Amino acid sequence: MSLDKDTVKQIAYLARIRVSDDKLAPLAGELSSILDWIEQLQELDTDGVEPMASVSDVTLPQRKDAVTDGNCQAAVLRNAPDPEDGFFTVPKVVE
Amino acid sequence: MTKLNDMDIATARDGLNKGDFSAAELAEAYIQAMQAGRDLNAYITETPEVALERARESDERRAKGDHLGAMEGIPIAMKDLFCTEGVLTTAGSHILDGFTPAYESTVSANLRSAGAVMLGKANLDEFAMGSANITSYYGPVKNPWGLKVGKDLVPGGSSGGSAAAVSGGLAMAATGTDTGGSIRQPASFCGIVGLKPTYGRCSRWGVVAFASSLDQAGPMTQTVRDAAIMLGAMAGFDPKDSTSAPIETPDFEAAITGDVKGKTIGIPKEYRMDGMDPEIQAMWDQGIEWLKAAGCNVKDVSLPHTKYALPTYYIVAPAEASANLARYDGVRYGLRVPGDSLDDMYMNTRGEGFGDEVQRRILIGTYALSSGYYDAYYIKAQKVRTLISNDFKTAFEDVDAILTPTAPSAAFGIGENQDDPVAMYLNDVFTVPTSLAGLPGISVPTGLSSGGLPLGLQLIGRAFGEGELLNIASALETAAAFNHKPGQEG
Repeated sequence: MSLDKDTVKQIAYLARIRVSDDKLAPLAGELSSILDWIEQLQELDTDGVEPMASVSDVTLPQRKDAVTDGNCQAAVLRNAPDPEDGFFTVPKVVE
Repeated sequence: MTKLNDMDIATARDGLNKGDFSAAELAEAYIQAMQAGRDLNAYITETPEVALERARESDERRAKGDHLGAMEGIPIAMKDLFCTEGVLTTAGSHILDGFTPAYESTVSANLRSAGAVMLGKANLDEFAMGSANITSYYGPVKNPWGLKVGKDLVPGGSSGGSAAAVSGGLAMAATGTDTGGSIRQPASFCGIVGLKPTYGRCSRWGVVAFASSLDQAGPMTQTVRDAAIMLGAMAGFDPKDSTSAPIETPDFEAAITGDVKGKTIGIPKEYRMDGMDPEIQAMWDQGIEWLKAAGCNVKDVSLPHTKYALPTYYIVAPAEASANLARYDGVRYGLRVPGDSLDDMYMNTRGEGFGDEVQRRILIGTYALSSGYYDAYYIKAQKVRTLISNDFKTAFEDVDAILTPTAPSAAFGIGENQDDPVAMYLNDVFTVPTSLAGLPGISVPTGLSSGGLPLGLQLIGRAFGEGELLNIASALETAAAFNHKPGQEG
Protein backbone atom coordinates (compact mmCIF):
# COMPACT_ATOMS: atom_id res chain seq x y z
CA MET A 1 0.00 0.00 0.00
CA SER A 2 1.62 3.20 -1.14
CA LEU A 3 0.42 6.54 0.21
CA ASP A 4 0.96 9.74 -1.75
CA LYS A 5 1.48 13.23 -0.35
CA ASP A 6 -2.13 14.25 -0.79
CA THR A 7 -3.38 11.21 1.14
CA VAL A 8 -0.96 11.92 3.98
CA LYS A 9 -2.17 15.51 4.04
CA GLN A 10 -5.76 14.29 4.28
CA ILE A 11 -4.98 11.82 7.09
CA ALA A 12 -3.07 14.54 8.96
CA TYR A 13 -6.11 16.78 8.65
CA LEU A 14 -8.39 14.01 10.00
CA ALA A 15 -5.97 13.65 12.95
CA ARG A 16 -5.75 17.46 13.31
CA ILE A 17 -1.95 17.46 13.12
CA ARG A 18 -0.18 20.27 11.24
CA VAL A 19 2.42 18.72 8.94
CA SER A 20 4.56 21.16 6.98
CA ASP A 21 4.62 20.65 3.19
CA ASP A 22 8.29 19.69 3.12
CA LYS A 23 7.62 16.84 5.58
CA LEU A 24 4.77 15.29 3.58
CA ALA A 25 6.95 13.37 1.10
CA PRO A 26 9.29 11.76 3.67
CA LEU A 27 6.30 10.94 5.88
CA ALA A 28 4.49 9.35 2.92
CA GLY A 29 7.56 7.15 2.40
CA GLU A 30 7.74 6.10 6.06
CA LEU A 31 4.03 5.40 6.39
CA SER A 32 4.02 3.45 3.11
CA SER A 33 6.87 1.23 4.28
CA ILE A 34 5.04 0.53 7.55
CA LEU A 35 1.81 -0.29 5.68
CA ASP A 36 3.71 -2.49 3.18
CA TRP A 37 5.08 -4.48 6.09
CA ILE A 38 1.59 -4.75 7.65
CA GLU A 39 0.23 -5.96 4.33
CA GLN A 40 1.40 -9.52 5.17
CA LEU A 41 -1.72 -9.89 7.34
CA GLN A 42 -3.74 -10.18 4.15
CA GLU A 43 -2.17 -13.58 3.36
CA LEU A 44 -3.99 -15.09 6.39
CA ASP A 45 -7.45 -16.55 5.96
CA THR A 46 -9.54 -15.06 8.74
CA ASP A 47 -13.01 -15.92 7.42
CA GLY A 48 -15.30 -16.79 10.32
CA VAL A 49 -12.80 -15.61 12.97
CA GLU A 50 -14.25 -13.33 15.62
CA PRO A 51 -12.41 -10.01 15.94
CA MET A 52 -10.88 -9.58 19.39
CA ALA A 53 -11.44 -6.18 20.98
CA SER A 54 -10.41 -7.16 24.50
CA VAL A 55 -8.73 -10.04 26.26
CA SER A 56 -11.01 -9.77 29.29
CA ASP A 57 -13.71 -12.40 29.39
CA VAL A 58 -15.62 -10.51 32.03
CA THR A 59 -18.83 -8.71 31.23
CA LEU A 60 -18.47 -4.98 31.47
CA PRO A 61 -19.52 -4.10 35.00
CA GLN A 62 -22.13 -1.44 35.66
CA ARG A 63 -21.96 0.90 38.59
CA LYS A 64 -24.80 2.56 40.39
CA ASP A 65 -25.96 5.64 38.52
CA ALA A 66 -25.05 8.08 41.25
CA VAL A 67 -23.18 11.34 41.50
CA THR A 68 -19.79 10.55 43.03
CA ASP A 69 -18.01 13.88 42.72
CA GLY A 70 -18.55 17.48 41.74
CA ASN A 71 -17.97 21.01 42.98
CA CYS A 72 -14.39 20.87 41.78
CA GLN A 73 -14.32 23.63 39.17
CA ALA A 74 -10.95 24.94 40.30
CA ALA A 75 -9.34 21.51 40.08
CA VAL A 76 -10.86 20.90 36.63
CA LEU A 77 -9.59 24.23 35.32
CA ARG A 78 -6.25 24.12 37.08
CA ASN A 79 -4.32 22.91 34.06
CA ALA A 80 -6.24 24.79 31.37
CA PRO A 81 -3.93 26.86 29.14
CA ASP A 82 -6.15 29.93 29.01
CA PRO A 83 -9.21 29.74 31.30
CA GLU A 84 -11.51 32.72 31.75
CA ASP A 85 -14.28 33.37 34.28
CA GLY A 86 -14.47 29.70 35.23
CA PHE A 87 -14.56 28.44 31.62
CA PHE A 88 -12.22 26.76 29.16
CA THR A 89 -11.65 29.02 26.16
CA VAL A 90 -11.28 28.35 22.44
CA PRO A 91 -10.84 30.65 19.44
CA LYS A 92 -14.07 32.22 18.20
CA VAL A 93 -16.15 29.62 16.33
CA VAL A 94 -19.24 31.68 15.45
CA GLU A 95 -18.90 35.02 13.65
CA MET B 1 27.38 -2.84 56.06
CA THR B 2 26.11 -2.88 52.50
CA LYS B 3 25.91 0.51 50.85
CA LEU B 4 22.41 1.86 51.38
CA ASN B 5 21.75 2.19 47.66
CA ASP B 6 23.02 -1.29 46.83
CA MET B 7 20.25 -3.40 48.33
CA ASP B 8 17.17 -5.11 46.98
CA ILE B 9 13.71 -4.65 48.50
CA ALA B 10 13.78 -7.88 50.52
CA THR B 11 17.16 -6.98 52.08
CA ALA B 12 16.11 -3.40 52.83
CA ARG B 13 12.89 -4.68 54.39
CA ASP B 14 14.93 -6.83 56.79
CA GLY B 15 17.30 -3.95 57.57
CA LEU B 16 14.42 -1.59 58.29
CA ASN B 17 12.70 -4.20 60.45
CA LYS B 18 15.90 -4.74 62.43
CA GLY B 19 16.46 -1.01 62.82
CA ASP B 20 19.84 -1.07 61.00
CA PHE B 21 18.81 2.11 59.19
CA SER B 22 15.73 4.30 58.85
CA ALA B 23 13.55 4.97 55.84
CA ALA B 24 14.80 8.57 55.97
CA GLU B 25 18.44 7.40 55.75
CA LEU B 26 17.53 5.14 52.85
CA ALA B 27 15.75 8.00 51.08
CA GLU B 28 18.74 10.33 51.67
CA ALA B 29 21.13 7.78 50.15
CA TYR B 30 18.98 7.39 47.06
CA ILE B 31 18.42 11.13 46.67
CA GLN B 32 22.20 11.57 46.63
CA ALA B 33 22.62 8.74 44.13
CA MET B 34 19.83 10.17 41.96
CA GLN B 35 21.46 13.60 41.91
CA ALA B 36 24.95 12.17 41.29
CA GLY B 37 23.56 10.08 38.40
CA ARG B 38 21.90 12.91 36.47
CA ASP B 39 24.07 12.18 33.43
CA LEU B 40 21.88 9.13 32.75
CA ASN B 41 18.81 11.40 32.34
CA ALA B 42 16.76 8.68 34.03
CA TYR B 43 14.44 11.14 35.78
CA ILE B 44 12.36 13.92 34.25
CA THR B 45 11.34 15.31 37.64
CA GLU B 46 13.13 14.66 40.94
CA THR B 47 10.93 14.85 44.03
CA PRO B 48 13.36 14.78 46.99
CA GLU B 49 10.93 16.65 49.27
CA VAL B 50 8.15 14.14 48.60
CA ALA B 51 10.63 11.31 49.22
CA LEU B 52 11.86 12.68 52.53
CA GLU B 53 8.35 13.45 53.74
CA ARG B 54 7.06 9.96 52.94
CA ALA B 55 10.16 8.37 54.43
CA ARG B 56 9.68 10.30 57.67
CA GLU B 57 6.01 9.26 57.72
CA SER B 58 7.10 5.67 57.28
CA ASP B 59 9.57 5.94 60.15
CA GLU B 60 6.82 7.43 62.33
CA ARG B 61 4.43 4.59 61.50
CA ARG B 62 7.13 2.13 62.47
CA ALA B 63 7.97 3.97 65.70
CA LYS B 64 4.31 4.05 66.70
CA GLY B 65 3.78 0.39 65.90
CA ASP B 66 1.19 1.16 63.19
CA HIS B 67 0.37 -1.28 60.43
CA LEU B 68 3.28 -1.52 57.98
CA GLY B 69 2.82 -2.02 54.24
CA ALA B 70 4.68 -4.39 51.90
CA MET B 71 6.74 -1.54 50.44
CA GLU B 72 7.31 0.27 53.74
CA GLY B 73 10.14 2.81 53.32
CA ILE B 74 11.23 1.48 49.91
CA PRO B 75 12.49 4.25 47.56
CA ILE B 76 11.14 3.85 44.04
CA ALA B 77 11.08 5.70 40.72
CA MET B 78 7.64 6.30 39.19
CA LYS B 79 7.43 6.11 35.40
CA ASP B 80 6.23 9.53 34.27
CA LEU B 81 3.15 7.97 32.72
CA PHE B 82 1.44 7.61 36.12
CA CYS B 83 -0.51 10.69 37.17
CA THR B 84 0.76 11.92 40.53
CA GLU B 85 -1.22 14.47 42.49
CA GLY B 86 0.53 17.84 42.59
CA VAL B 87 3.61 16.53 40.75
CA LEU B 88 4.33 17.36 37.09
CA THR B 89 3.28 14.47 34.82
CA THR B 90 4.61 14.67 31.25
CA ALA B 91 4.35 11.26 29.51
CA GLY B 92 7.65 12.38 27.95
CA SER B 93 5.72 14.75 25.70
CA HIS B 94 5.86 18.45 24.94
CA ILE B 95 2.07 18.46 24.63
CA LEU B 96 1.64 17.88 28.38
CA ASP B 97 3.75 20.94 29.27
CA GLY B 98 3.10 21.95 32.86
CA PHE B 99 0.41 19.31 33.48
CA THR B 100 0.07 18.80 37.23
CA PRO B 101 -2.71 16.30 37.96
CA ALA B 102 -5.28 16.98 40.65
CA TYR B 103 -5.52 13.22 41.26
CA GLU B 104 -3.31 10.18 41.85
CA SER B 105 -3.29 7.05 39.67
CA THR B 106 -4.58 3.94 41.43
CA VAL B 107 -1.27 2.07 41.09
CA SER B 108 0.83 4.92 42.51
CA ALA B 109 -1.77 5.43 45.26
CA ASN B 110 -1.62 1.69 46.08
CA LEU B 111 2.17 1.85 46.30
CA ARG B 112 1.99 4.89 48.51
CA SER B 113 -0.44 3.23 50.89
CA ALA B 114 1.90 0.22 50.97
CA GLY B 115 4.57 2.60 52.28
CA ALA B 116 6.64 3.19 49.13
CA VAL B 117 8.69 6.39 48.91
CA MET B 118 8.61 8.17 45.54
CA LEU B 119 12.01 9.57 44.48
CA GLY B 120 10.85 11.12 41.23
CA LYS B 121 9.23 10.66 37.84
CA ALA B 122 11.21 8.46 35.45
CA ASN B 123 11.92 9.35 31.84
CA LEU B 124 10.24 7.33 29.07
CA ASP B 125 9.57 7.31 25.36
CA GLU B 126 6.95 9.89 24.43
CA PHE B 127 3.54 8.44 25.37
CA ALA B 128 5.38 5.11 25.90
CA MET B 129 5.87 4.78 22.14
CA GLY B 130 9.36 3.47 21.48
CA SER B 131 11.86 0.74 22.21
CA ALA B 132 15.00 2.78 22.92
CA ASN B 133 13.89 5.75 25.02
CA ILE B 134 15.02 8.12 22.27
CA THR B 135 11.60 9.66 21.55
CA SER B 136 11.24 11.51 24.88
CA TYR B 137 10.83 15.29 24.63
CA TYR B 138 13.15 15.38 27.65
CA GLY B 139 16.00 13.71 25.80
CA PRO B 140 17.34 10.16 25.57
CA VAL B 141 18.13 8.06 28.65
CA LYS B 142 21.57 6.47 28.88
CA ASN B 143 21.94 2.82 29.84
CA PRO B 144 24.27 2.59 32.89
CA TRP B 145 26.00 -0.36 31.19
CA GLY B 146 27.37 2.06 28.60
CA LEU B 147 30.00 3.22 31.09
CA LYS B 148 31.50 -0.23 30.99
CA VAL B 149 31.91 -0.33 27.22
CA GLY B 150 32.69 3.37 26.82
CA LYS B 151 29.72 4.06 24.55
CA ASP B 152 26.31 5.72 24.99
CA LEU B 153 23.84 2.84 24.88
CA VAL B 154 20.05 2.93 24.89
CA PRO B 155 18.32 1.48 27.97
CA GLY B 156 15.50 0.07 25.82
CA GLY B 157 12.01 1.45 26.03
CA SER B 158 9.57 2.68 26.67
CA SER B 159 10.25 2.30 30.43
CA GLY B 160 13.90 3.24 29.84
CA GLY B 161 14.26 5.74 32.68
CA SER B 162 12.80 3.20 35.13
CA ALA B 163 15.18 0.47 33.94
CA ALA B 164 18.25 2.77 33.98
CA ALA B 165 17.36 4.05 37.47
CA VAL B 166 17.10 0.54 38.94
CA SER B 167 20.17 -0.76 37.11
CA GLY B 168 22.28 2.28 37.99
CA GLY B 169 21.35 2.31 41.69
CA LEU B 170 19.27 5.49 41.39
CA ALA B 171 16.14 3.70 42.69
CA MET B 172 15.63 0.44 44.55
CA ALA B 173 12.80 -0.48 42.18
CA ALA B 174 10.56 1.30 39.69
CA THR B 175 7.16 1.16 38.11
CA GLY B 176 6.91 0.53 34.39
CA THR B 177 4.14 0.10 31.89
CA ASP B 178 4.10 -2.41 29.08
CA THR B 179 1.98 -2.21 25.92
CA GLY B 180 4.10 -4.39 23.62
CA GLY B 181 7.29 -5.01 25.61
CA SER B 182 7.97 -1.70 27.36
CA ILE B 183 8.78 -3.31 30.73
CA ARG B 184 10.46 -6.52 29.57
CA GLN B 185 12.75 -5.25 26.78
CA PRO B 186 14.34 -2.42 28.85
CA ALA B 187 14.69 -4.85 31.79
CA SER B 188 16.63 -7.15 29.47
CA PHE B 189 18.81 -4.29 28.13
CA CYS B 190 19.66 -3.07 31.65
CA GLY B 191 20.17 -6.41 33.43
CA ILE B 192 17.17 -6.24 35.77
CA VAL B 193 13.87 -8.08 36.29
CA GLY B 194 10.72 -6.72 34.60
CA LEU B 195 7.23 -8.19 34.95
CA LYS B 196 4.26 -7.38 32.77
CA PRO B 197 1.27 -8.76 34.66
CA THR B 198 -1.87 -10.23 33.13
CA TYR B 199 -4.06 -7.59 31.49
CA GLY B 200 -6.51 -6.55 34.21
CA ARG B 201 -4.23 -7.36 37.18
CA CYS B 202 -3.33 -3.69 37.80
CA SER B 203 -5.69 -0.77 37.38
CA ARG B 204 -5.07 1.52 34.42
CA TRP B 205 -6.89 4.40 36.12
CA GLY B 206 -4.73 7.51 36.10
CA VAL B 207 -2.13 6.01 33.77
CA VAL B 208 -1.76 8.15 30.62
CA ALA B 209 -3.38 5.92 27.99
CA PHE B 210 -1.53 4.62 24.92
CA ALA B 211 -3.42 1.49 23.74
CA SER B 212 -6.15 0.70 26.23
CA SER B 213 -6.65 -2.97 25.35
CA LEU B 214 -2.92 -3.65 25.87
CA ASP B 215 -1.54 -1.21 28.48
CA GLN B 216 -0.57 -2.79 31.78
CA ALA B 217 1.52 -1.53 34.71
CA GLY B 218 4.15 -3.70 36.36
CA PRO B 219 7.24 -3.78 38.58
CA MET B 220 10.87 -3.34 37.49
CA THR B 221 13.19 -4.67 40.16
CA GLN B 222 16.59 -6.17 40.94
CA THR B 223 15.26 -9.62 41.81
CA VAL B 224 12.29 -11.89 41.11
CA ARG B 225 11.34 -11.83 44.81
CA ASP B 226 11.22 -8.03 44.68
CA ALA B 227 8.95 -8.21 41.64
CA ALA B 228 6.59 -10.44 43.65
CA ILE B 229 6.60 -8.04 46.62
CA MET B 230 6.03 -4.97 44.47
CA LEU B 231 3.36 -6.51 42.22
CA GLY B 232 1.37 -7.43 45.33
CA ALA B 233 1.41 -3.78 46.35
CA MET B 234 0.45 -2.48 42.88
CA ALA B 235 -2.30 -4.93 41.96
CA GLY B 236 -5.95 -5.19 42.86
CA PHE B 237 -9.47 -4.64 41.61
CA ASP B 238 -10.36 -1.01 41.03
CA PRO B 239 -13.97 0.02 40.39
CA LYS B 240 -12.60 3.03 38.47
CA ASP B 241 -11.16 0.76 35.74
CA SER B 242 -13.86 -1.40 34.19
CA THR B 243 -11.19 -3.71 32.73
CA SER B 244 -9.50 -4.34 36.06
CA ALA B 245 -10.16 -7.92 37.13
CA PRO B 246 -12.56 -8.37 40.08
CA ILE B 247 -10.38 -10.95 41.81
CA GLU B 248 -8.33 -11.18 44.99
CA THR B 249 -4.62 -10.43 44.84
CA PRO B 250 -2.76 -13.56 46.01
CA ASP B 251 0.46 -13.52 48.07
CA PHE B 252 2.91 -13.62 45.16
CA GLU B 253 5.97 -13.81 47.39
CA ALA B 254 4.61 -16.94 49.10
CA ALA B 255 4.32 -18.57 45.67
CA ILE B 256 8.12 -18.52 45.34
CA THR B 257 9.02 -21.90 46.82
CA GLY B 258 12.01 -22.71 44.65
CA ASP B 259 10.43 -26.05 43.79
CA VAL B 260 9.70 -26.36 40.07
CA LYS B 261 10.08 -30.13 39.76
CA GLY B 262 7.69 -31.62 37.25
CA LYS B 263 6.69 -28.27 35.72
CA THR B 264 6.47 -28.33 31.96
CA ILE B 265 8.16 -25.55 30.01
CA GLY B 266 7.17 -24.93 26.39
CA ILE B 267 9.70 -23.90 23.77
CA PRO B 268 7.95 -22.28 20.79
CA LYS B 269 9.63 -23.31 17.57
CA GLU B 270 8.40 -20.21 15.73
CA TYR B 271 10.61 -18.03 17.95
CA ARG B 272 13.71 -19.61 16.39
CA MET B 273 13.85 -17.04 13.66
CA ASP B 274 15.98 -16.83 10.56
CA GLY B 275 19.04 -14.72 11.15
CA MET B 276 18.73 -14.95 14.92
CA ASP B 277 21.80 -13.72 16.78
CA PRO B 278 23.77 -16.87 17.77
CA GLU B 279 24.44 -15.37 21.22
CA ILE B 280 20.70 -14.99 21.84
CA GLN B 281 20.14 -18.55 20.65
CA ALA B 282 22.91 -19.81 22.96
CA MET B 283 21.44 -17.90 25.93
CA TRP B 284 18.04 -19.44 25.23
CA ASP B 285 19.53 -22.97 24.97
CA GLN B 286 21.35 -22.38 28.26
CA GLY B 287 18.06 -21.32 29.88
CA ILE B 288 16.44 -24.56 28.70
CA GLU B 289 19.27 -26.58 30.25
CA TRP B 290 19.02 -24.68 33.54
CA LEU B 291 15.29 -25.34 33.84
CA LYS B 292 15.81 -29.02 32.98
CA ALA B 293 18.46 -29.23 35.69
CA ALA B 294 15.97 -27.68 38.13
CA GLY B 295 13.62 -30.56 37.41
CA CYS B 296 11.36 -29.12 34.71
CA ASN B 297 10.20 -31.04 31.67
CA VAL B 298 10.81 -29.27 28.40
CA LYS B 299 8.42 -29.60 25.48
CA ASP B 300 8.33 -28.12 21.99
CA VAL B 301 5.19 -26.10 21.35
CA SER B 302 3.89 -24.29 18.31
CA LEU B 303 2.57 -20.74 18.18
CA PRO B 304 1.89 -20.71 14.45
CA HIS B 305 0.78 -17.09 14.07
CA THR B 306 3.84 -15.59 15.75
CA LYS B 307 5.13 -13.84 12.62
CA TYR B 308 1.87 -11.90 12.31
CA ALA B 309 1.98 -10.53 15.85
CA LEU B 310 4.06 -7.42 15.13
CA PRO B 311 2.06 -6.23 12.11
CA THR B 312 -1.14 -6.92 14.08
CA TYR B 313 0.18 -4.87 16.97
CA TYR B 314 1.12 -2.00 14.66
CA ILE B 315 -2.50 -1.68 13.60
CA VAL B 316 -4.22 -2.32 16.94
CA ALA B 317 -1.95 -0.14 19.11
CA PRO B 318 -1.82 2.91 16.78
CA ALA B 319 -5.58 2.69 16.18
CA GLU B 320 -6.26 2.80 19.91
CA ALA B 321 -3.59 5.49 20.35
CA SER B 322 -5.11 7.71 17.68
CA ALA B 323 -8.40 7.63 19.59
CA ASN B 324 -6.81 8.05 23.05
CA LEU B 325 -4.56 10.92 21.99
CA ALA B 326 -7.46 12.86 20.47
CA ARG B 327 -7.90 14.39 23.94
CA TYR B 328 -4.79 16.56 23.54
CA ASP B 329 -6.46 19.53 21.93
CA GLY B 330 -4.89 22.55 23.64
CA VAL B 331 -8.11 23.35 25.49
CA ARG B 332 -8.16 21.61 28.86
CA TYR B 333 -4.52 21.01 29.81
CA GLY B 334 -0.96 21.16 28.51
CA LEU B 335 0.40 22.99 25.52
CA ARG B 336 -1.68 25.44 23.46
CA VAL B 337 -0.32 26.91 20.24
CA PRO B 338 -2.64 29.71 19.07
CA GLY B 339 -4.39 29.62 15.69
CA ASP B 340 -6.91 31.70 13.75
CA SER B 341 -9.71 29.16 14.07
CA LEU B 342 -10.49 26.26 16.37
CA ASP B 343 -9.17 23.78 13.76
CA ASP B 344 -6.06 25.89 13.31
CA MET B 345 -5.43 25.91 17.04
CA TYR B 346 -5.90 22.10 17.23
CA MET B 347 -3.56 21.50 14.30
CA ASN B 348 -0.87 23.89 15.50
CA THR B 349 -0.96 22.50 19.02
CA ARG B 350 -0.81 18.86 17.94
CA GLY B 351 1.73 19.51 15.19
CA GLU B 352 4.10 21.17 17.63
CA GLY B 353 3.23 19.15 20.74
CA PHE B 354 3.65 15.60 19.39
CA GLY B 355 7.05 14.24 18.35
CA ASP B 356 7.74 12.38 15.08
CA GLU B 357 7.11 8.82 16.29
CA VAL B 358 3.86 9.75 18.04
CA GLN B 359 2.69 11.56 14.90
CA ARG B 360 3.54 8.53 12.74
CA ARG B 361 1.52 6.24 15.00
CA ILE B 362 -1.47 8.59 15.21
CA LEU B 363 -1.45 8.85 11.40
CA ILE B 364 -1.23 5.07 10.91
CA GLY B 365 -4.04 4.61 13.43
CA THR B 366 -6.19 7.32 11.87
CA TYR B 367 -5.71 5.73 8.45
CA ALA B 368 -6.52 2.23 9.75
CA LEU B 369 -9.74 3.51 11.31
CA SER B 370 -10.77 5.70 8.39
CA SER B 371 -13.77 5.00 6.24
CA GLY B 372 -12.98 2.41 3.56
CA TYR B 373 -9.93 0.97 5.39
CA TYR B 374 -11.48 0.00 8.72
CA ASP B 375 -12.32 -3.58 7.70
CA ALA B 376 -9.14 -4.17 5.72
CA TYR B 377 -6.84 -3.05 8.51
CA TYR B 378 -8.48 -2.75 11.89
CA ILE B 379 -10.98 -5.61 11.81
CA LYS B 380 -8.43 -7.80 10.03
CA ALA B 381 -5.87 -7.12 12.78
CA GLN B 382 -8.43 -7.87 15.50
CA LYS B 383 -9.20 -11.20 13.83
CA VAL B 384 -5.52 -12.11 13.66
CA ARG B 385 -5.28 -11.13 17.32
CA THR B 386 -7.86 -13.84 18.04
CA LEU B 387 -5.71 -16.39 16.21
CA ILE B 388 -2.60 -15.33 18.18
CA SER B 389 -4.49 -15.57 21.46
CA ASN B 390 -5.81 -19.02 20.50
CA ASP B 391 -2.24 -20.18 19.77
CA PHE B 392 -1.37 -19.50 23.41
CA LYS B 393 -4.56 -21.14 24.71
CA THR B 394 -3.68 -24.32 22.82
CA ALA B 395 -0.05 -24.26 23.99
CA PHE B 396 -1.03 -23.77 27.63
CA GLU B 397 -3.10 -26.97 27.53
CA ASP B 398 0.24 -28.79 27.65
CA VAL B 399 2.68 -26.51 29.45
CA ASP B 400 2.96 -24.44 32.63
CA ALA B 401 5.13 -21.69 31.18
CA ILE B 402 6.83 -20.76 27.92
CA LEU B 403 10.50 -19.78 27.69
CA THR B 404 11.78 -17.40 24.99
CA PRO B 405 14.44 -14.72 24.59
CA THR B 406 13.22 -11.28 25.74
CA ALA B 407 14.78 -9.24 22.95
CA PRO B 408 16.60 -10.06 19.71
CA SER B 409 19.80 -8.30 20.80
CA ALA B 410 21.66 -6.69 23.67
CA ALA B 411 21.44 -2.90 24.13
CA PHE B 412 22.53 -0.92 21.06
CA GLY B 413 24.07 2.53 20.73
CA ILE B 414 22.09 5.76 20.95
CA GLY B 415 21.52 6.78 17.34
CA GLU B 416 21.51 3.23 15.92
CA ASN B 417 18.38 1.65 14.35
CA GLN B 418 16.88 5.09 14.07
CA ASP B 419 16.39 5.56 10.33
CA ASP B 420 13.85 2.82 9.75
CA PRO B 421 10.75 2.69 12.00
CA VAL B 422 10.10 -0.98 11.15
CA ALA B 423 13.66 -1.98 12.21
CA MET B 424 13.00 -0.38 15.58
CA TYR B 425 9.64 -2.18 15.90
CA LEU B 426 11.44 -5.55 15.56
CA ASN B 427 12.89 -5.08 19.06
CA ASP B 428 9.56 -6.25 20.41
CA VAL B 429 9.24 -9.37 18.25
CA PHE B 430 9.33 -11.73 21.27
CA THR B 431 7.25 -9.61 23.66
CA VAL B 432 4.36 -8.36 21.50
CA PRO B 433 2.56 -11.73 21.09
CA THR B 434 2.20 -12.05 24.90
CA SER B 435 0.76 -8.54 25.07
CA LEU B 436 -1.79 -9.25 22.35
CA ALA B 437 -2.90 -12.35 24.30
CA GLY B 438 -3.00 -10.37 27.58
CA LEU B 439 -0.76 -12.93 29.33
CA PRO B 440 1.85 -12.23 32.01
CA GLY B 441 5.50 -12.19 30.94
CA ILE B 442 8.66 -11.67 32.93
CA SER B 443 12.20 -10.90 31.80
CA VAL B 444 14.97 -12.32 33.97
CA PRO B 445 18.63 -11.30 33.49
CA THR B 446 20.50 -14.49 32.67
CA GLY B 447 23.90 -13.67 31.21
CA LEU B 448 26.24 -11.32 29.42
CA SER B 449 26.88 -10.99 25.70
CA SER B 450 30.42 -11.34 24.37
CA GLY B 451 30.48 -7.54 24.49
CA GLY B 452 29.79 -7.66 28.23
CA LEU B 453 26.17 -6.47 28.07
CA PRO B 454 23.20 -8.07 29.83
CA LEU B 455 20.87 -10.51 28.10
CA GLY B 456 17.49 -11.60 29.42
CA LEU B 457 15.11 -14.49 28.95
CA GLN B 458 11.34 -14.19 29.00
CA LEU B 459 8.98 -16.58 30.75
CA ILE B 460 5.30 -16.37 29.77
CA GLY B 461 2.59 -17.67 32.10
CA ARG B 462 -1.10 -18.42 32.17
CA ALA B 463 -3.59 -15.60 32.62
CA PHE B 464 -3.59 -14.58 36.30
CA GLY B 465 -0.89 -17.19 36.96
CA GLU B 466 1.76 -14.70 38.11
CA GLY B 467 2.47 -16.73 41.27
CA GLU B 468 3.55 -19.80 39.35
CA LEU B 469 5.33 -17.65 36.76
CA LEU B 470 7.35 -15.90 39.49
CA ASN B 471 8.25 -19.25 41.03
CA ILE B 472 9.62 -20.60 37.74
CA ALA B 473 11.36 -17.25 37.10
CA SER B 474 12.98 -17.55 40.50
CA ALA B 475 14.36 -20.98 39.60
CA LEU B 476 15.78 -19.51 36.38
CA GLU B 477 17.25 -16.60 38.34
CA THR B 478 18.89 -18.94 40.85
CA ALA B 479 20.42 -21.06 38.10
CA ALA B 480 21.68 -18.06 36.14
CA ALA B 481 23.12 -16.41 39.28
CA PHE B 482 23.40 -13.11 37.41
CA ASN B 483 25.18 -10.79 39.81
CA HIS B 484 26.88 -8.45 37.36
CA LYS B 485 26.53 -4.72 37.84
CA PRO B 486 27.08 -1.99 35.27
CA GLY B 487 30.46 -0.29 35.28
CA GLN B 488 32.19 -2.72 37.65
CA GLU B 489 33.79 -5.81 36.20
CA GLY B 490 35.81 -5.54 32.99
